Amino acid sequence: MKDPKKLLILIFAVGLACGFSTGCGGGSSSSGSTPANTITSTGANVASISVNGGPAGNYPDASFTTVTVCVPGTSTCQTIDGILVDTGSSGLRILSSVLTLSLPQQKASDGNPVVECLPFVSGYTWGPVQMADVEIASEKASSLPIQVLSDSDFVAPASCTSRGMPSDGNLGANGILGVGLFAQDCGSYCEQVQTAAGDFNPYYECASSTATCQAVGESLAQQVQNPVALFSTDHNGVILEFPAVSGGEEASVSGSLVFGIGTQSNNALSGTVYAADPATGNFSTTYNGTAYSDASFIDSGSNGYFFPSTITQCGSTSNAPGFYCPSSTQNLSATNQGANGTSGTVDFSIANALTLSGSDDFALSNLGGTFSGGFDWGLPFFFGRNVYVAIEGQGAPGGTVPYWAY
Amino acid sequence: MRGTLRTTAATSYSVHEIQSPAGAVVREYVSFAGKVFAITWQGRWPPDMRQLLGNYFDQYAQAAKAQGRVGTGRRPLEIEQPGLVVQMGGHPRSFRGRAYVPDLLPSGVAAEAIQ
Repeated sequence: MKDPKKLLILIFAVGLACGFSTGCGGGSSSSGSTPANTITSTGANVASISVNGGPAGNYPDASFTTVTVCVPGTSTCQTIDGILVDTGSSGLRILSSVLTLSLPQQKASDGNPVVECLPFVSGYTWGPVQMADVEIASEKASSLPIQVLSDSDFVAPASCTSRGMPSDGNLGANGILGVGLFAQDCGSYCEQVQTAAGDFNPYYECASSTATCQAVGESLAQQVQNPVALFSTDHNGVILEFPAVSGGEEASVSGSLVFGIGTQSNNALSGTVYAADPATGNFSTTYNGTAYSDASFIDSGSNGYFFPSTITQCGSTSNAPGFYCPSSTQNLSATNQGANGTSGTVDFSIANALTLSGSDDFALSNLGGTFSGGFDWGLPFFFGRNVYVAIEGQGAPGGTVPYWAY
Repeated sequence: MRGTLRTTAATSYSVHEIQSPAGAVVREYVSFAGKVFAITWQGRWPPDMRQLLGNYFDQYAQAAKAQGRVGTGRRPLEIEQPGLVVQMGGHPRSFRGRAYVPDLLPSGVAAEAIQ
């Protein structure tokens, strides 16, 4: 690709603290019993979630909910629907184009606005960090940093735009509600500016709308926060509850996003706990005789099962590049292992993505595609399951946090 | 640059591994003819693709943009072109991926060897 000498001077993105380790501690294996799949319909801690194509009506296998944001300490509020529920990230992000409120801007110590670049696999989010009260169902978090997504208010630096995949601004949602394992989107890594050449810094301060933005350190409290962790009650995690999809595909399905684990009569823990690596949020999966150590995660923001396989792909020039297009539905199975020593088998199926995407259905339980080197248990995994996400730094029943349970 | 370098030799190529102080790992696969034919990476954030891919960056960016226009959804990146394969997946705090030039793979080396 390049001459080796040059490549050796290349610099990388920043640190993966926990490399190839598979977590710590042993423990007992789980039984194979299937936990209950119940959809909690009422409660102050219950928000409705739907897989319905989203605000643009074109997004398969993505779950959406409604949040209310307010100018901190006031009743000046806006309720916004079409917010993607994402267990793969932490923090609330809202498109500036749908936001009618004027929220207070977070400022760096020199008074400049703080702006964030958060890389996802399919593009980065860019925009200012602003303060809001956040309400979902009857749960409320006060005056926390959120990200307002806007490509026009400040100029994204090259260190942001060359990260991962170029962003096309096509979110397919009015925002992202990150309800993942972490209390902040970055963590202690972002408390100081990383100065090793080429190391990535998500947070910037921008002197003006045209200035070159400079990396800035952000304390944990200044970073974009998982709103759940700051709720006054039910703040130790969430449960995503979706029914099974009848016949493998339906126009839409509805479920519940329940706040808290074991904090109310409607959110008791049921299922097996899979402890996650506290640095990466990953656990391990064995598939087809290969162990993918510390490379597996459960992500409602991924719209399929993504894993390494020789199943025929749809083709790079098709309407579903990277997805699998087997001629007949493949019935598969993999074994997940938690860092706490638990393990359990997951059965799943992969159907032809081009056939699936040719229908008007948005809830597709057999949609999948390729991912080299790991397992991404995306939204189809959630159908017919209650999936628990226990946030780091708090107590939750069933084991050491952070963890997944199902 | 900062980082520690470790070299491992295989039968028809060697692997140079560089680890940053913060723990990000990049591995270069170098043929005995001296050509880098593959790179893998793993870390908290995606790498700077412009630095990583060098002359291949424009081809990558064009393919990635074209793919972004097809359908909606967040999923791992998968670019498979005759002259370049780029794959990446993960989530904030944990990304991993690889890139290779199929034509430059030493004979007898399968893509599966690039981990």
